[in-house]
Amino acid sequence: MAESQIKTFNINFGPQHPAAHGVLRLILEMSGEIVERADPHIGLLHRGTEKLIEYKTYTQAVPYFDRLDYVCPMNQEHAFVRATEKLLGIEAPPRAQYIRVLYDEIGRILNHILNITTFAMDVGAITPMLYGFEEREKLMEFYERVSGARLHAAYYRTGGVAADLPDGLAEDILAWIETFPHLLGDIEKLLNNNRIFKQRTVDIGVVSAEQAMDWGFSGPNLRASGVAWDLRKSQPYAVYDQMDFDIPVGKNGDCYDRYMIRIFEMYESLKIMKQAIEKMPKGPVRCDDRKVSAPPRAEMKRSMEALIHHFKLFTEGFHVPAGETYSVVETAKGEFGVYLISDGSNKAYRCKIRAPAFAHLQGTDFMAKGHMLADAVANIGSIDIVFGEIDR
Amino acid sequence: MTQALQDLGEYVSQALSQDLLSWQVTGDELSILVRTLSVPKVLGFLRDDSNCQFKLLMDVCGVDYPERELRFQVVYHLLSLKHNQRIRVKLDTDEETPVPSVVSLFSSAGWYEREVWDMFGVLFSDNPDLRRILTDYGFQGHPLRKDFPLSGYVEVRYDDDQKRVVYEPVKLTQDFRTFDFMSPWEGIIPGSEKAGKV
Repeated sequence: MAESQIKTFNINFGPQHPAAHGVLRLILEMSGEIVERADPHIGLLHRGTEKLIEYKTYTQAVPYFDRLDYVCPMNQEHAFVRATEKLLGIEAPPRAQYIRVLYDEIGRILNHILNITTFAMDVGAITPMLYGFEEREKLMEFYERVSGARLHAAYYRTGGVAADLPDGLAEDILAWIETFPHLLGDIEKLLNNNRIFKQRTVDIGVVSAEQAMDWGFSGPNLRASGVAWDLRKSQPYAVYDQMDFDIPVGKNGDCYDRYMIRIFEMYESLKIMKQAIEKMPKGPVRCDDRKVSAPPRAEMKRSMEALIHHFKLFTEGFHVPAGETYSVVETAKGEFGVYLISDGSNKAYRCKIRAPAFAHLQGTDFMAKGHMLADAVANIGSIDIVFGEIDR
Repeated sequence: MTQALQDLGEYVSQALSQDLLSWQVTGDELSILVRTLSVPKVLGFLRDDSNCQFKLLMDVCGVDYPERELRFQVVYHLLSLKHNQRIRVKLDTDEETPVPSVVSLFSSAGWYEREVWDMFGVLFSDNPDLRRILTDYGFQGHPLRKDFPLSGYVEVRYDDDQKRVVYEPVKLTQDFRTFDFMSPWEGIIPGSEKAGKV
């Protein structure tokens, strides 16, 4: 009976801890080495994106979306341009839709490589990161060749994309698609049956399907809990309805399942990329409504009207009819939504960004409860958080 | 798709006639406006009714309309995996009237409500943990209100003498510039649309 009571004590984890995946500050209430309560303090990267967008024209707002989840930048631009296109009642031409799908999937692989390899590093395996980041660099080169920037692309525009694919890029991407499964296989060999990796992840941070829905999970984290839900299949946007691909669904909802879902998703993304390139039609990449999308440079040299349109579009911007919409895309992390309210002017009245990782991080508390301190790190790694989008 | 949403709107408006103020389908989106105090009842109905099954609360956000009497709107976005539908639930409130929290129905609402409180100053009754979430420790004001300036009120820097971060009122070395593209004239031309405003 005289067992000495272990007093609970608090640990401050982060915000400068490498396993915190950015600037997460976690206050952990510990009983011995068992986590009793985890209280994430977020907002250290808060830049007021939503406020800034209210002061910028619709075109100027696009680059802010690169800076949210900077691991897969273009996927978020997609949500915003889709919202504005919906309010304007226009659609991007087919070729632009295929380019968007292609780059969405590149973004997904960019994200999953980063998540899987850093997650492996959190639980003790350094090698996958060294392999994986080389491939990320190649993918970011594809970003650079199409938009001029490795990360902050600002490539998707309302009514299409900024420019067509340069010559030879599609062939290079196809060649890369052939090489990547080999590397992915190597990473799988290193991790899938690795005893240490499995000890650190199997049955850690189990999330049931009910819990996942209750806490607003989406994307791979929801699917790992056994819920077959992917916006690319269930509410298809762009040209996802013309792609042939599968959605991997997990069973146990633990860290290991979340890892495996992402591995399988990368194989599916490769399939989609290949189809997108093969099926991509010829044609324009921006809609020809000159009130929304700028005329080509050559036309401006000859046509007065084109010059006026260009000037108006890059000073005043275009006006979006009053209305509201909530439009979503399936980014690599889950459901990324943009709730856009327009008052008919050239600036958004309100632009609420629904970041998937915000909901996921909220779940840290119930996932970490009763686990060891080291498992809290595995949990954070497996739910795939990036602070750019959580803090906004 | 639109027809299914029309049917759902009809169904919800009949079942919740006491609590619903209006509903409409615009494009392919259904939104309903409810009484402030009935929001837990409405969301509970939408979650549990077999024709609705909105099990996921995806988002809660605030909107500020300073010219209205009830200046804030709180907007909930729900998703039903079973019926593959979305619904938007809105309510009006002001700075004093607390909105009943829905944390007991959807755990995800906890942080969303904290964010709305932080950004707009909308109160939520019964939220167990209504602290600020995104802004700095000890922050004053609610930044997403329309009357909060874009530059904010304070700036921080590291003070080498005191060896700590200090807060100071914002000093802009260049005036904040807003461009009025609606009418480029400065408002001195008689008969122009800005003539009376200066």
